[in-house]
Amino acid sequence: MKNVGQREPNVIPGFGITLGFTTFFLSAIVLLPLSALVLKTAGLDWSRFVEVIASPRSLASYRLSFGASLVAASVNMVFGFALAWTLVRYDFPGRKLVDAIIDMPFALPTAVSGIALATIFSVNGWIGQYLEPRGIFVAYTPLGITIALTLIGMPFVVRTVQPALLEVQRDLEDAAETLGAGRFYVFRRIIVPTVLPALLTGFTLAFARAVGEYGSVVFIAGNKYMETEITPLLIIFRLEEYQYAEAAALGFVMLTISFVMLLAINLLQVWGRKRMMVSR
Amino acid sequence: MGGPSSHADVAAELATRPGHTNLRSALVRWLLITVSLTFLGALLAAPLAAVFAMALDQGWNAYFSSFSDEATRASIRLTLTAAAIVVPLNTVFGITAAWCIAKFEFRGKSILITLIDLPLAVSPVVSGLIYVLLFGTNGWFGLWLQDHEISIVYALPGIILATMFVTFPYVARELIPLMQQLGNDEEEAAITLGAGGWFTFFRVTLPRIRWGLIYGVILCNARAMGEFGAVSVVSGLVRNITMTMPLQIEALYNEYNMVGAFALASVLSLLAVVTLIIKTLVEGRAGYRRR
Repeated sequence: MKNVGQREPNVIPGFGITLGFTTFFLSAIVLLPLSALVLKTAGLDWSRFVEVIASPRSLASYRLSFGASLVAASVNMVFGFALAWTLVRYDFPGRKLVDAIIDMPFALPTAVSGIALATIFSVNGWIGQYLEPRGIFVAYTPLGITIALTLIGMPFVVRTVQPALLEVQRDLEDAAETLGAGRFYVFRRIIVPTVLPALLTGFTLAFARAVGEYGSVVFIAGNKYMETEITPLLIIFRLEEYQYAEAAALGFVMLTISFVMLLAINLLQVWGRKRMMVSR
Repeated sequence: MGGPSSHADVAAELATRPGHTNLRSALVRWLLITVSLTFLGALLAAPLAAVFAMALDQGWNAYFSSFSDEATRASIRLTLTAAAIVVPLNTVFGITAAWCIAKFEFRGKSILITLIDLPLAVSPVVSGLIYVLLFGTNGWFGLWLQDHEISIVYALPGIILATMFVTFPYVARELIPLMQQLGNDEEEAAITLGAGGWFTFFRVTLPRIRWGLIYGVILCNARAMGEFGAVSVVSGLVRNITMTMPLQIEALYNEYNMVGAFALASVLSLLAVVTLIIKTLVEGRAGYRRR
């Protein structure tokens, strides 16, 4: 009985009990509550569902959440690559410190980075005071939201690109250069193809995280009607009005996006592994 | 694996590579380091520095006296209570899930791994919303709970559940790759020689995974104490009763009590800094591999 579901005999004990406990805990904490969301949405009749998820206010929030997340993830793709490259290829004083601080957004509570960003980029803030005379307003604008989303997505790109850059075969680069290839050619034909799956995975992870982000955004967003309202904020508003089914409908939209993102990330990783195998 | 495996190796190798000491590559190198560090400084270092600068804006006395506020103290107590319940439970789950996934081959394993990671992809607001839908007055179990005078949403149990959902994957994610990399050989040897399952876990497996486990637990703790979106949905924001530290930071900030808000934020920032220091120390240990 112990070996049910196993492909090969294994002397290590505890398969049944650990698998049982894992699935039970996973179902109780994650799957059952998520299915409540789906069923609550299903309780809403179709026309009301469409009315809620396609209202002008909801559509404006999708545009903002998607647009800002897309820009933030793209900025991270460029600067995250530069950071990963700098950390992997160059040695400079303080590199260890920089490497450690990259993970800060993972460990720093979102509310803390939220109020800190809102303060720095306010008109009198450290950075805001230099931008304001040039007509650049960050606080309470989509630009501010984009900056907050860039902050929380940054480590995802750096941490996925870093190991991929370490895998780039240096002898291939050397060979290309010996044969007369320029640095840019080497970069375009050898380095970019090797790290591309990792770069796209990092982009998707950063984007997925940004779309659902709440804490670091609400303080700098100012939450102006139809202008700087992100989708998670609309869910909170619906809940405050005790419109549970409507809140669930918007939550359902966000959950669907999460699943699509997860699928994309898994496909990208499979693609990346295949490319790795071919290149060897 | 082969090839250069650490930064030091790469840097050493770079020094011996031809054609890399010319002016143009030095310029590119200088440019990239400057751009990267400026980006990092504006985006990460500045907010962190701002937290401490704002907290100490009115001097140390104002900083310390902000912690004598009763609501602030209550929020610290609540956060510590919630973390004390959530972190051990998620640690037990993480170890169990990692044992099951790393030690055995079974159908549906990759689906299980994806499902464990699922909370990371779900918006924190949705994570809170699902518990309101389950246990709120209009929820599935709402009426039954009301009849038995049990409150989950807008009370401590709801905060615990939402925090648990959000920090669910952290310990498991740290341990699964580590245990997969370590393999089964030593455990198999111990079992074959007659050791029991628990004995094998505590005397063979645990010593080898302890650094990864420590980091997983510390990160889970930092996320649990700092969770904002999910907790704000289930909390109901009852002052002195259901306000965790991040919610209290928001309340103080909205009241323009900047010293109070940033003083409390500085505590969570210090926790984040300590978490990163421990991570750096753990990664220096043998047998620990960065993903």
